[in-house]
Amino acid sequence: MTDAAIAAAPDDRSEEAENVLEDRTYGFWIYLMSDAIIFSLLFATYVVMSHNTAGGPTGHTLFRLPHTFAETVLLLASSTTFGFASVAIASGQRWRTLVWLGVTFLLGLTFVGMEILEFYGLVKADAGPYRSGFLSAFFTLVGTHGTHVSVGLVWIVLLAGEVALRGLNPYVTSRLYRLGLFWHFLDIVWIGIFSVVYLPGIL
Amino acid sequence: MFGRLTIDALPFYSPIALGGALITVFGVLFVVGLITWLGQWRYLWAEWLTSLDHKKVGIMYTTLALVMLIRGFIDAIMMRTQQAIALNSQGYLPPNHFDQIFTSHATIMIFFVAMPFLVGLFNVVVPQQIGARDVAFPFMNSVSLWLTASGAALVMVSLPIGKFSTAGWTAYPPYAEAQYSPGVGVDYWIWAILVSGIGSTLTGINFLVTIAKRRAPGMRLMMMPLFTWTALCTSILIVFAFPALTVASALLGLDRYLGMHFFTNGDGGNMMNYINLFWIWGHPEVYILILPAFGVYSEVVATFSGKPLFGYHSMVYATAAITLLSFSVWLHHFFTMGASPAVNAFFGITTMIIAVPTGVKIFDWLFTMYRGRVRLSVPMLFTLGFIVTFVIGGITGVLLAVAPVDYLMHNTTFLVAHFHNMLIPGALFGYFAGYQYWFPKAFGFRLEEKWGRRAFWAWIIGFYLAFMPLYLLGFMGMPRRLERYYEAAWQPYLLVAELGAISILCGIAFLAIQLAVSIRNRSVLAVSTGDPWNGRTLEWATASPPAPYNFAVVPQVHGIDAWWVMKRDGSAGQMPAHFHDIIMPDDSGAGVLLGAMSFVFAFAMVWEIWWLAVLGGLGMWAAVLSQTFHDHAEHRISAREVEAIEGFRGLVPPGTSGAVS
Repeated sequence: MTDAAIAAAPDDRSEEAENVLEDRTYGFWIYLMSDAIIFSLLFATYVVMSHNTAGGPTGHTLFRLPHTFAETVLLLASSTTFGFASVAIASGQRWRTLVWLGVTFLLGLTFVGMEILEFYGLVKADAGPYRSGFLSAFFTLVGTHGTHVSVGLVWIVLLAGEVALRGLNPYVTSRLYRLGLFWHFLDIVWIGIFSVVYLPGIL
Repeated sequence: MFGRLTIDALPFYSPIALGGALITVFGVLFVVGLITWLGQWRYLWAEWLTSLDHKKVGIMYTTLALVMLIRGFIDAIMMRTQQAIALNSQGYLPPNHFDQIFTSHATIMIFFVAMPFLVGLFNVVVPQQIGARDVAFPFMNSVSLWLTASGAALVMVSLPIGKFSTAGWTAYPPYAEAQYSPGVGVDYWIWAILVSGIGSTLTGINFLVTIAKRRAPGMRLMMMPLFTWTALCTSILIVFAFPALTVASALLGLDRYLGMHFFTNGDGGNMMNYINLFWIWGHPEVYILILPAFGVYSEVVATFSGKPLFGYHSMVYATAAITLLSFSVWLHHFFTMGASPAVNAFFGITTMIIAVPTGVKIFDWLFTMYRGRVRLSVPMLFTLGFIVTFVIGGITGVLLAVAPVDYLMHNTTFLVAHFHNMLIPGALFGYFAGYQYWFPKAFGFRLEEKWGRRAFWAWIIGFYLAFMPLYLLGFMGMPRRLERYYEAAWQPYLLVAELGAISILCGIAFLAIQLAVSIRNRSVLAVSTGDPWNGRTLEWATASPPAPYNFAVVPQVHGIDAWWVMKRDGSAGQMPAHFHDIIMPDDSGAGVLLGAMSFVFAFAMVWEIWWLAVLGGLGMWAAVLSQTFHDHAEHRISAREVEAIEGFRGLVPPGTSGAVS
């Protein structure tokens, strides 16, 4: 092999580590794309089934705008606070990062709590997922989003623990970046749910 | 305590099922006993099961595929035998058992033979073809392998414990709903699909990133070997198509477990939604299986004709065109749904359009051979057999793309013949060609030629005998999946098909003999240069078998067929002037643990043993977490060690002309 080949060999340790982290972020973007397909298929299923109420309750009677609006505000606010955490990460402020991650966690937890409350209310009102095709699709779409948010919450706790124990090293920082992508992605999906599921149901 | 699992789950309902279960159980016990007797558990665990080395992962994937091929084939020959004798009688299989067999045959062949086989070839070959030391995510690679193995184990365990699905490999509702299939069979199917499907999605992400980010310096996209191109397009298809399968099977699961109404008959369900979702994955899946085989054929044709691939660019564009078009044809699987003529016409036309890039490829392969110095080695035989046979399958495919014709052929054995005509030459022969072609790459010795040729002839003759009669039976109106029949005119054709199955049985036996003979004669068949076929692409630049890091020095690429260029300019086979330390990831048992726990979880979900499902789920979390907390565990191979390893290769000192050219 030629000398040029040898010169091109990636010998620098830190450069290689940086490449690895960059690849992970790239791979995570691709994962998000495949997750987006899952959501888009669930959206499509919901749209197809939204009138299959089988004589049961419709979105018009079940959805309450103030409740959903509050959920929306919580989730959007949590994206904002995650943005503050990202700023703190960029400037290497460990405790500020932890505080903003904590606020994000609380907002996300309240969101999940409100969603569980809504589901509980629906089931009690005999409008559970087994009532009709429409409700199956509703519970599955919104519930899949809620499950994602819950996984995000566990992830926040784990990474906050890592930040507290190990500080903001490049590995943790890169993970936090991917968590941020995940969190903002879920926000975008929620905007879709709000516009496609709740608004047409209420209006 | 044990949910639905009782003593009745044992297969006493049919002596044949009992026999199959006993063979499976004793087979596993025999292998376990053999490993224990040889005292090889520690070696197996340390060197193989926990390995993150992509070559070893690839070999394990291929082994899984070959083992499952035997199971899938036993199912096939049982069906052929049943149909050969079941004129005016019930044959030897009870209906329920026959239905399980056609379901498990297809499920196994698609998900646990074809998928692991192609992923195995990716793993062994792609990183070396692009001059990389590893895949982008070595641990995730191990996770993919063990999730796939876990799915295969679920299908296998349904033999001794419970019954498998009788709903066909597509599990169409409403039959697959709890109302009509109350047993555990469909649940086994759902969980095998979900678990292995996640493994496949991760594989897609892994190879997409590997090919996009890890190519050797100088290798532009339009210099990538064709097999790498098809691996890239396949990975894209996996990433975008598998979510549809996940959604379809998960929603079916929600119907079954939580009483939802996605696909039920009443209460607002719509079964056609399932069929749409399923085939939105299902048609790209056909190309997920076939494109890698196209890649193998492209490599094999160029190497064994001693010429550069004819029309490299047209080949790449054809591959990309097929990738895109494969998402626009899914409705041709159910023209009979009753969509409007305009919709059916649209999907019929897109289906026919796919024949165009495929035809381009066929001509490219033919022109590569034209005036080449063609060597008829075993990989080349499979390639030639493919070209001839696949064209017939393509023609019948265009025929089926005409919606009115499809109305006549729908659910007949014509369709069965058609898709076997695509998938056996179009996928399996390609994997066999790749297996024969790259075996010396993985193990350092060639496979024996004589038994390889015999295997090829047994396979191709068996294929024609088994499936050409099914085309004719389709014209005669024989429905698929028929467990008995009362039409005497069909039987001669079915007897010929049975002969075909026996010939394919010989083909499988010959492949096994070939492997045994080759291992026995490995010193004679050894490849000293590492380049037994006078190859053209970079994977032949490494040692055979390759060192863990593949390339001591990452090569600089100067054109298509990089290794051929190096052999031409004399830079091939030279000892590098300097060596460097190489960092490689540590092995990890977390992938095996995750696979095992996913099996426990899925098995518990099938039998509704909720406490065990919780344990399995927690185990999966534990496996993932244990890895994430030291995910940059790696070790350094010092420059001195690298030099010592490379010293065995017989490379010539730098500056002198290449040893291999």
